[in-house]
Amino acid sequence: MSDSADTPTDEQFEPTEPNTGEDFEPVQVFPDDGTMDLRPGADSCTKCSTCDTNCPVAEVDDSFPGPKFQGPEQWRLKQSDDSEEFAIDDTITECSNCMRCDDACPSSVPLSQMHNEARGEYVDDQMSKLSVKYWRNRILANYRTSAWFASKVPRLANVAMNFGPARWLMEKTLGVTSEREFPEFATQTFREWWADRGGASVSRERAREARERMGEARDADKKIAYFHGCYSNYNTPEVAKALVSTFEHFGYEIVVPEQRCSGTPMFANGMLDDARRGAEVNISSFADLVDQGYDAIASCTSCSMALRQEYPELFDIDGVEDVAEHTFEAVEYLRIHEDLSGELSEASVDFPNLAYHAPCHARNQGLERQAVELFRDLDGVDIEDVGDSCSGISGTYGWKSEKYEKSMAIGEEMFDHMESAEPETGLTECPTCSMQMEHGSGYEIRHPLEVIDAALAD
Amino acid sequence: MAIESDVLVVGGGLAGLTSALAAAREGAHVRLVTYKQSSLRQASGLVDLLGYVGSEAVVDPYEAMADLHEEHPYRLVGTQTVRDGMALFDDTVAGYYGDHTDTNALLPTHGGTVKPTARYPEGAAAGVATDDRRTLLVGFESLTDFDAPLAASHLDAAGAPFDVDGVSISFPGDLRADAKVTRYAKLLDQDSEVAVEGRRVGARTALADRIKGHLDGHERVGFPAVLGDDHARAVRAALEDDLGAAVFEVPMGPPSLPGLRLEDRLFEALDEAGASFEAGNPVVDYEGEERIEHVVVDRKGAQVPYSADQYVLATGGLVSKGVESDRSGVREPVFDCHVPHPENRYDWFEDGVFDDHSFARFGVDVGPDLRPRDGSGSVEFDNLRAAGATLGGYDFAAEKSGSGVSIATGYAAGRQAVEDLT
Repeated sequence: MSDSADTPTDEQFEPTEPNTGEDFEPVQVFPDDGTMDLRPGADSCTKCSTCDTNCPVAEVDDSFPGPKFQGPEQWRLKQSDDSEEFAIDDTITECSNCMRCDDACPSSVPLSQMHNEARGEYVDDQMSKLSVKYWRNRILANYRTSAWFASKVPRLANVAMNFGPARWLMEKTLGVTSEREFPEFATQTFREWWADRGGASVSRERAREARERMGEARDADKKIAYFHGCYSNYNTPEVAKALVSTFEHFGYEIVVPEQRCSGTPMFANGMLDDARRGAEVNISSFADLVDQGYDAIASCTSCSMALRQEYPELFDIDGVEDVAEHTFEAVEYLRIHEDLSGELSEASVDFPNLAYHAPCHARNQGLERQAVELFRDLDGVDIEDVGDSCSGISGTYGWKSEKYEKSMAIGEEMFDHMESAEPETGLTECPTCSMQMEHGSGYEIRHPLEVIDAALAD
Repeated sequence: MAIESDVLVVGGGLAGLTSALAAAREGAHVRLVTYKQSSLRQASGLVDLLGYVGSEAVVDPYEAMADLHEEHPYRLVGTQTVRDGMALFDDTVAGYYGDHTDTNALLPTHGGTVKPTARYPEGAAAGVATDDRRTLLVGFESLTDFDAPLAASHLDAAGAPFDVDGVSISFPGDLRADAKVTRYAKLLDQDSEVAVEGRRVGARTALADRIKGHLDGHERVGFPAVLGDDHARAVRAALEDDLGAAVFEVPMGPPSLPGLRLEDRLFEALDEAGASFEAGNPVVDYEGEERIEHVVVDRKGAQVPYSADQYVLATGGLVSKGVESDRSGVREPVFDCHVPHPENRYDWFEDGVFDDHSFARFGVDVGPDLRPRDGSGSVEFDNLRAAGATLGGYDFAAEKSGSGVSIATGYAAGRQAVEDLT
């Protein structure tokens, strides 16, 4: 081949010199139409695979391709027009939505957002709405609905839900594992207790008294809106009550606005429409309060995670960013605004020693160490961290018959560490981690707010 | 009110961890904040001090430090400080070899080259290249990062003083073609049963069984570094027992189990020293003029102040995004410290891939006190020091000095921060 006039030569193209001469016209390749385009996120992936090494599922499951594939790689594949050839891989439903990959990624690829969107699309377009699995998942994801019914007849529900033949039937017809014990429903929900106690006006009075005791202005601007979520309302109102008395102790007045499920179990099951309906209620009720100077406080780390990260990633709802920026986990909030560690280091508490497990969703908010660091200076209780493994239950995941074994395999490391740790009571912020801890160890599991409440009361 | 500590370390790599540890051991209340997980996950687990000066391989790193230019971090902190930093590392991290001598050890890499390094994990110990035992390298077909026959030929061609062969086997059990390194490690850690010809066999035994036919008198067997995580020692011991040969791991590229294990050890040590640490949220801003009053941590959109008396910047270099660049220039994003660089970006690099690029030495400019200096040479903040790859003036990739500079400057910054506590 001979050099011709239109073959680029070294004289014409010099890669180490600027080549953006007068003829260069930058072109907008991708439309900027304001939709949530995940292409920049996919482009940021350098294939370092750090996410894969953080994935608790890929560590035990040979069918699961891992977060790097399910995230940026699948995102690219699903841009194809050939939806037959490039349908969303059905292993997306094996992802447990622990979100560890988010935190792992050194390039800030929005992995869990990609997983949530892909799972939503998979359920919408590829999963039969007539299948048992779809309805099983939908029932599990809408725990609040079942819990609401159960709370009307809590004693009956507690018996019925753990009645052997009923559980056998649930396993056979729905695929809900009969290996696990259903959590107990409280005979009085938190909201019933709150209303009985006098609601926000009583809280305001108590907060004012506390401020006077602490030498603060009686009308100091300290107010929070409590996002209790489903579990502490229907199952563990003692956690919600501990939050109330702890925040009132520090002079905060509390309101308990109307709210639905945070959406965590719905994201994990690809039920984004259900999640959105809940999010609209939650954002509308909390955005108004944020506007009036309230901060949103959650006692469940998955609830705070949903409001802070998943809502703005998945839903374009008015006020969603405002609520996200003003949402905190309860203990985190007190550590920021009050001298919580100072007060605890001078207190003492009568409490069993604690084996602490940091939930994955706490980890992703940077909260994995706060319980250990707070309570190691508290007299009367020893705390031991049981390591950085995932508990494996991941909300509804470990409740599914086909995933039960996997969930227990993931949890094995945590069970081993609980076994070798000296304390025989567990501690965690997450309701379903606590189910798994109890299931694997037989220990009673408590919440950090209960420890703080007991320490401040003593 | 702010979240408080005596010393706040920004960054969770080797430099940040070492400085936090050095300060905590002096009795200060230390808090370490890191945006992402430690960069040690990307590290081989080898701890290099100084492997090359120019194109010359270094025998004694401490001696060779005298040949470095005056502004090199090793020259700034001085050889004794490097030794003290390494002593802190040796004292903290059990299961590392190489501290019996000043001279470099030579370790085979997964590419089949030989690398000078100062410390190496016990798992790699039986693999040292100065050992003349016959060696078998074993790769797994599904783990494409380590091609054992190729690595063996490379070692042979490089004149390694031992006979070396390589073989690729399929890892027992029905693993996916792209199984993660943690999958192999977990199977071996827990000695989980895998299916082999219709039988259920423990993963360790099954693996040894596949190698026996290839053993043929080799006295040591090298594997990719996936031999367990929490129970790596037990995994190696079981394989050695079954094979009747020494077993070692060949350090791998990212993501790396030896790096992960080192990360775990250092965070455990930090916990034992009573320090606080947290990961997941970035430091995005600061308040203060001559002194930093507090930094601002972005917690999912909420701006939370963290205050301390002394601060250490250990956010890494260009790769870790502790130093950033675009067409208009190079900067340090947290405190906006001055990063010297040529104005014309076409002067940032040379034409050849392995040429002496100036970008490789981009980083903040410090004096012997490790305080970042502005363009005129004045200290930027009285209570801020920098350590590790955030520093400019050295090319860790060419010199094989990354870990050593992080340890030495991290140690120095942590100690000096405590000395300056008001």
